[in-house]
Parts: sequence; structure tokens; C-alpha cells
Amino acid sequence: MEKRNLTCIGCPLGCQIEVTMEDGNVMKVLGNTCARGDAYARKEVTNPTRIVTSSVRVFGSKTGAVTVSCKTKSDIPKSKIFDCIRDITGISVPCPVRIGDVIKADVAGTGVDMVATKDVD
Amino acid sequence: MKNYDIVIIGGGPAGLAAAVAAFDAGQKNVLILERDSCLGGILNQCIHNGFGLHTFKEELTGPEYATRFIEQVTERKIEYKLNTMVMDLSPEKVITAMNREDGLFEIQAKAIILTMGCRERSRGALNIPGFRPAGIYSAGTAQRLVNIEGYMPGRQVVILGSGDIGLIMARRMTLEGAKVKVVAEIMPYSGGLKRNIVQCLDDFGIPLKLAHTVVDIEGKERITGCTIAAVDEHMKPIPGTEEHYDCDTLLLSVGLIPENELSRGMGVALNRVTNGPTVNESLETSIPGVFAAGNVLHVHDLVDFVSEEAEAAGRNAAAYVAAGGEETELNEIPVEIEGGPRYTVPATIDPKRAGDKLTVRFRVGGVMKKKSVNVYLDDERVVHRKRPVMAPGEMEEVLLTRAMFDKHPDLKSIKIKVEEE
Amino acid sequence: MYDIVVIGAGAVGCCVARFLSRYKADVCVVEKAEDVCCGTSKANSAIVHAGFDATHGSLMAKYNLEGNLMFPGLAKELDFDFIQNGSLVVCMHEEDMPNLQKLYENGVANGVKELEIVDQKRLRELEPNISDNAVAALWAPTGGIVCPFNLTIAMAENANTNGVEFRFNTEVTAVVKNGDHWTLQTKNGAIDTKYVVNCAGLYSDMFHNMVSAKKIHITPRRGDYCLLDRAVGEGYLTHTIFQLPTRLGKGVLVSPTVHGNIIVGPTAIDIEDKEGTNTTAEGINDLIAKAGNTVKNLPIRQVITSFAGLRAHEDHHEFILGEVEDAPQFIDCAGVESPGLTSSPAIGKMTAELLRDKLGLEENPDYNGTRKGVLNPKKLSKEERTELIRKNPAYGRIICRCESISEGEILDAIHRPLGAKSLDSVKRRTRAGMGRCQAGFCSPRTMEILAREWGVDQSEITKCGGDSKLILGIPKDRAHKEVQP
Repeated sequence: MEKRNLTCIGCPLGCQIEVTMEDGNVMKVLGNTCARGDAYARKEVTNPTRIVTSSVRVFGSKTGAVTVSCKTKSDIPKSKIFDCIRDITGISVPCPVRIGDVIKADVAGTGVDMVATKDVD
Repeated sequence: MKNYDIVIIGGGPAGLAAAVAAFDAGQKNVLILERDSCLGGILNQCIHNGFGLHTFKEELTGPEYATRFIEQVTERKIEYKLNTMVMDLSPEKVITAMNREDGLFEIQAKAIILTMGCRERSRGALNIPGFRPAGIYSAGTAQRLVNIEGYMPGRQVVILGSGDIGLIMARRMTLEGAKVKVVAEIMPYSGGLKRNIVQCLDDFGIPLKLAHTVVDIEGKERITGCTIAAVDEHMKPIPGTEEHYDCDTLLLSVGLIPENELSRGMGVALNRVTNGPTVNESLETSIPGVFAAGNVLHVHDLVDFVSEEAEAAGRNAAAYVAAGGEETELNEIPVEIEGGPRYTVPATIDPKRAGDKLTVRFRVGGVMKKKSVNVYLDDERVVHRKRPVMAPGEMEEVLLTRAMFDKHPDLKSIKIKVEEE
Repeated sequence: MYDIVVIGAGAVGCCVARFLSRYKADVCVVEKAEDVCCGTSKANSAIVHAGFDATHGSLMAKYNLEGNLMFPGLAKELDFDFIQNGSLVVCMHEEDMPNLQKLYENGVANGVKELEIVDQKRLRELEPNISDNAVAALWAPTGGIVCPFNLTIAMAENANTNGVEFRFNTEVTAVVKNGDHWTLQTKNGAIDTKYVVNCAGLYSDMFHNMVSAKKIHITPRRGDYCLLDRAVGEGYLTHTIFQLPTRLGKGVLVSPTVHGNIIVGPTAIDIEDKEGTNTTAEGINDLIAKAGNTVKNLPIRQVITSFAGLRAHEDHHEFILGEVEDAPQFIDCAGVESPGLTSSPAIGKMTAELLRDKLGLEENPDYNGTRKGVLNPKKLSKEERTELIRKNPAYGRIICRCESISEGEILDAIHRPLGAKSLDSVKRRTRAGMGRCQAGFCSPRTMEILAREWGVDQSEITKCGGDSKLILGIPKDRAHKEVQP
């Protein structure tokens, strides 16, 4: 039996939720005041995911831009956040860049692409 | 002097949405004046996700959200001038602006929409004692340096204030290779969104110290450390609670101030609570034909609501121009507040001009639990909404409809009351 | 071998240098900081005192009055901001009236013109926001306000244009007599000179004591200040308001600045550290408590910055000027505290003339005593400004939104004599970053311009020289290993 304490992010209430786990399975969710809280807690303890955003260098910009912002196209496992950042370290992409252009395919082996979030000419 | 029907001061999220809405409402002679080298305003440096859930039903980053609106502006061929600083606005709606190409020039507008946004409160405004070395940045300046200029402002970071930009920068700095040691917040609650506390601090094990502030800054050239202490209920530091942190950077996220120097210069009446213009149901300021929306009006948490508010201002400005600048006699009823709200936007409502739907937004002064928000037209309660929790960091809103006003043809009073649930 | 080396590029050192530049001589100013005006001269009340306060017969009284009389002419010649706004010393209690009278008499004896004691009614006409409790005031129309940066920079630039050399980042560590001349040991090598002028402010006792058996002692006396938003300054106050000291102590002054802010201060706290320019909560709280004594409706919450300066307080509260008795060829300008800023031109002139006589210096035939400051486009008409932008588009790009400072002004500050290299040196020359957002908006933009113009990477740009770096690397330049939770 393992207990995990979380703050729900579903609304400003910020319920303190206690999840009881056994062998990686959720046994009990306590402290939430709505169904969304229950769902959030179950996901957060079994498979927490995040979108990672960062920026990388560009070269050849007509506007003098030095960076382009980027994000993982969808959620990646929370434990892989730093791996994603490491995997785009040192990358420099040529201009022009369009929103959605792949900066790094399958970033950190997550199966998710890191894509540009800004048009840079 | 050039003439435009509607001139929009600032090409950030509010200005873009206002321009599109005014155009779509039939006014094609619109000009946006933007001081930066691109449209989009502060969104360009807000590269994190979390924008657009209300407007586009998907989660976008700041630049992506901005691009959606910029595309709408360019599709409509709405005119805009970049790198152009507005220097002065006159009550007669003459805009004095400046840029490299045109020099100092004047524009006559029929209507003006104020969308200048806000600025960050600085260290100076807080009287934080200590030295004044390099390495003290507002969170937004640090955000620009990291995300746009590609520089690290520091390595060992202490953050004062738990506003959303500070929380976001705690994560950004951590991801880019800095160590964020602590976030201190003078209030007993955070000014930021719960989601940001969890995903920007908790995810990275960054401690948040509520009811704490910086009481000393060390370092004569670059900051070398600072001292944090607990504060009492009057926000006075409690002797004996001091803790020292070695750091090379202090980021401040201690509040945003609507940027209304131009509004004040033209004689627009300002609200002492919001530091923004006092507006009526049309988001029109004390000067007829001058409208305001977004963070220049009151500081928002979510850009989605900035866009929504600015669209209303754009439509109303278009209607003002269409009516030839003639205003019918107004019957402005002040919105009274009781039990928690510190202000409302709008501050007054003319029921005839309220449209089919009117959103009234406000903030409460402290954390309140198990309350309800109620709207009374004269003595009839027309809105009753349970609110398990309300906090100053999260803007509240109530929706008033045409039907509600129609039932009160001789309406005398409008009251928004926070009551026990 | 120089004829004269001036230690310290504060107001006094730069005034000495400027008046020396009238003569043919090899003169060098050595300064430990990266720019002029980095010590006591940069953080003070910025007042040009009328001269009623200093004890009659003292050097302070003499040079205060002489300095005051020089300001209007110098401001024109050297194009720095100076306004003769007049001072009021406000008496808050009937029982203190004899002290006001004494102050008046001291001022008359010192030779201050136009002094007048005004009654409550007249006082209110002069200054509507004066406290309701004020009973009378000493009115000194010859009192003024100045921009201390402007003054010091103007003197330095003019001296430099007329041939005086400036060495920055050059801290003097020892002064040694070497036969007929002095050798200064500095962090950048030794410098030989016939004469030394000690304008080292807080450190003037240290240099004096290196060469003289007759020791002097300077205490750093800290003064905390608050500066209020220009929005408050507009129409709030015209005169500089002092409080007549009472048995309860000295008040603080409230004054407009030449740029339209309101300044409140200073405290007076004796400390040990000659670099101890840190404000304290006690100091600021003390200011806030006293600020409203003499004036009413002061919106003290609209503070945009607080700072502290150190006065070079000599034990006997008197200037120490002239050649040191037991150290020939070593000239002191020591213990220069308030009214030091006011006195600095007079001290500079006197010291230069003393050296002229000692060294038998001839007039510099190429001497030009006028200088133009950084062009201020706000003083131009709309047409002139548009024409300026047409010729130089940099004047059309605003960098500092709070003070409306353009790129053109910043370029001017960088490319003029002794040009700006850091954010603070740009700020002191142009006011970029001095407004209500305190450089939050303009600092990245100014850093970019500085880097471009000096041909260096932005990471080399500092706030104020030395280790005051603004940037400590680029994103992801460390492998994150140490920061993973």
C-alpha cells in the first residue's frame, strides 16, 4: 500500500487528494469534490503526462530572430521532460520556419515530434 | 493629417481581436498602431501552452494563439503600423505617434480603442531594502531574454511573487538549466493559477513559501544572495524568521499594472482599484467614442477572456462610428457591489445598450469559500451561482441577458452581491 | 609624467578637471569605476543650495555661495539641467520661530541674496500643498535643483574635449613620493605625476592619510531616498521644501527634480562600509513616516525607486581644501559633503587656479568652455523633430517607453566623448530606464544597442561595469544533470 498526495488542478478549489495505490493500481481516491478530480488523480498517479515547451536557435532569419519556440505536439510522459530538453540541445534550424514544422522527430524516443510554435522568416 | 474611423492603440491580443470585430461589424477603415516589430504583443514571448481552451477549444502556446488572430487581421487586410510608438492622445481623438519612417505624425480618429496592455510592477515600487546590483529582473523581462533573445539571465534563482509569469519562469529557467531555489509570496495565498503551481513548481520540487517576502538583497555588482522572512497578517516581516539564500538572480512577479499613461493624458477617468479606465456596458470610457479592453482595462488571467472583451469593444466602437458619433441619451446605472467584489467591469450599465448578453467581470479581495454570486435588478435576484471557492487570483464573471433587463423597464439599481452559499 | 593627476571622477574631480582644462597641462583623471559619477555624486538630493545653512565664516559657506552663483552660467555653457526653483525652510511650530530668524541672519551674513521670511498666507500662495501646520518659512529664491549626473558628465566631457585624459577601472592603491614627483600605484600599473588632487570622496581620508602625518577621518553617512512617479510631480510642488530642525530632530526634504519627479529624503545614518549603499527597511520606513510632515497629500505610495547614497562626512563637518601642509604637491578636496554638489564648481575653479599658480600654467589657446548635451528631441517642435527623424531615423524608434527615450539619444550617449558602455551609464546620460518601470521594458533593447555599437556580445554588457553582468549564459548550455529533481 502506497499513498500519494496531489493538488487537483481542475479548478481554483485545488482539492488535496490522497490516492491509495497497490501494485501500481489505484485502490482509493480521497479528498476530491468532483468526478473530474477523481479522473485527474487516477491519471496523475498512473500515467502523468505533460506538454513540453522550449525554444531552439534559428539561423538565416530575415527579421533578425535568434530563436523559434517549440512544443511537443502532444503530451509526453512527465518523466521524459528533461530527456526532451536534452534531445533538442544544440539544435539550430534554418529559416523560414512555419508553425507545425518538425524541429525534432520522435523527441527523446517518446514517439512525439517537437514542433515549431511560431512562424519565423 | 490622416483620418481613420477606428484607431486601435496596441497590437496585442486585445487590439487584434478588437480590430477584427470592428471590421466584421462593418467598419473597414481601421488602423492598428503597434510599438513592437511584430503583432501579437506579450503572447510572442509566452511560449508555454495553456492558451485558447475557451476560444479555440484546444490548447495552444502564446505565439500560436497570437498567430490565429494575426491571420484574421491579415486576411481582412486591416491596416497596421509596426515599430510605432503612440506619444499622445488628445480628447479630440487626435493621435500623435512616431516611427522611423513617418517621423512624428498625427492621425484623426472617429473612435479609439485603448488596448495597451499592462506592465510589471518593479522592485522600486515595493521598497525592498538592500543593494541594487545587476541580476534583479521582472519575470517578464527574464522571459523575453530567455525566450526571444536566447540568453540566460541567471543560474541560481530566487523568485519573489507567485504571479503566473513568475511560476511560468520558474519552470522555464529550470528546463533551460538554472536552479530555482524558492518562490516567496507575501500573501497567504498564491496569485497564480493552481495548474501553474502544480506543473511549474511541484513538478520540479520548487518550494513555494506563502506569507514570505524578501527583506534584504546582497551583492554590490551582481546579486550574490537575498534574505527571505515570514510576514505577519499586516505583511510586516517577523524578526527571527529570516532565511538566507545564495543566488545570482532575483526574479519579481509581484503584480501587473494597466498601462494607462496615454489614457490619463487624454483625460479618461481611471478606476483606483483596477488602475484602468472606468467603463460602461459598451466598454466605453468617460470620453465618448474612446473604448478600452484587455489588460489596460483590468488585468486578466486568461487571454481567452481578453479576446472576448476586446471583440465586444470592437463591435461597440463600430456601432459608435456607424451612428455618426451621435450618442443617444444615456441612462447609466452604477453596478453596486457587496460582500466581496472589489470592482466590476463594466462599472455602469445602460440597460438599453446592454445587448443580448452582457458579461460583467470582477475580482474578490480575499480567498472566500462556500459562497454564492448573486445579481439583483432592483430587488429581484436574477442570477444565483454557487461558488465553492473564489480567490483574488481568479477573475469571476456573471452573465446578464436582454430578458432580465426587459422585465425591469424602470430599472433603478443593479447589485452584485457575494453571499453565503 | 603627468603634470596633474586627479583621483576620482565625481562631481568635484570632474569640476577640477574642467577648470584645469583652461590651461596648458598634462592632466589625467583616474577613477576606479567604469564611468564618471559613480559614487557620492550619483545619489544625493540634487539640490543647489542657496547658502543660508552653512555656518558663517566656514569654507562650506564660502564655496556654497560661490558655487550657487556659478550655476546659472555653467548650466548654459555646459548644457545641463538646472532650475532655480527656490527653497523654503518650513517652520512647523511657533516656538521655533527664533531658529528660523537665526537661519535668516546666518544666510544674510553669508551673502545670500533675496532671502525673506514669509508668513503662513504668503507661504501657501507660494506652495499650495504645504502642510496646514506650517507657520512660516524662510524663502530663498536663489536655491535650485540640478541633475547631478548631467552636471558631472558635462564637466567631464568638456574637460575631455579640451584635452584632459580619463582612465576608468583604475583604482589607486598607493600614493608614494618619488623625489620630485608622486607615483600612484593602480590596478592598471603605475602613474607618475607632479601634482595629485585628492577628490576621492569617501576615500579622500585614505589618500590623505597615505601622505600626511596629520590624519583626517571620513565617515560614510548614509542617506536613503525615495523617488516618486513623474505623474505625481506634475504640478504638485514647485519649491524645494526643507523642514526647520526641531527639538524632535531633523526632517526630510521634499523636492521636485529637474526631470519632474518628486524626491524625498535623506535619512542620516553613520555606517562603516564605504560601499554600503544598501537601503534598509528602517531607513525607508523613517522616510515614509516623515515625508508628510511639511507637505500634504503626498502620494508616497507612488514611489518608483528607493536608493541610498553616502555622504563623505568629515569629523569636523568642514571641507578640507588646498595643498597638504606636510605633503607638498598633494592637493586635498576632501570632506566634501552637502553643500558639496553646490560647491563643486567653486572648489574646482579655486583648485585649478591654485595649480595654475603653483605650476605656472599658461592659458590653453584651444580651450572651448561650451559643450552640448545629449540632444533632447522633446525640446524640439513637431516639425523639427520630424526633420530630425528624417535625417536620422534612430530618433523615431522609442527604446524607453516611460521616459520616451529614442535610439538616437542612446546612440548619442554611446558615441560622445567618454561614451556610455553600460546600462547605468546610458541611463545617467539619457534617462532611459529611469522611469516608472525601472528599465523592465528597455533594458534588453538597450543591451542590444550597446552590444551592437561596441561590437561585443550581449553577454559582455554590464549594468555598471565590473562584475555586474546581466547575462550568465545561453539556454541549455549546461547538461541539466545537476538540476534534475
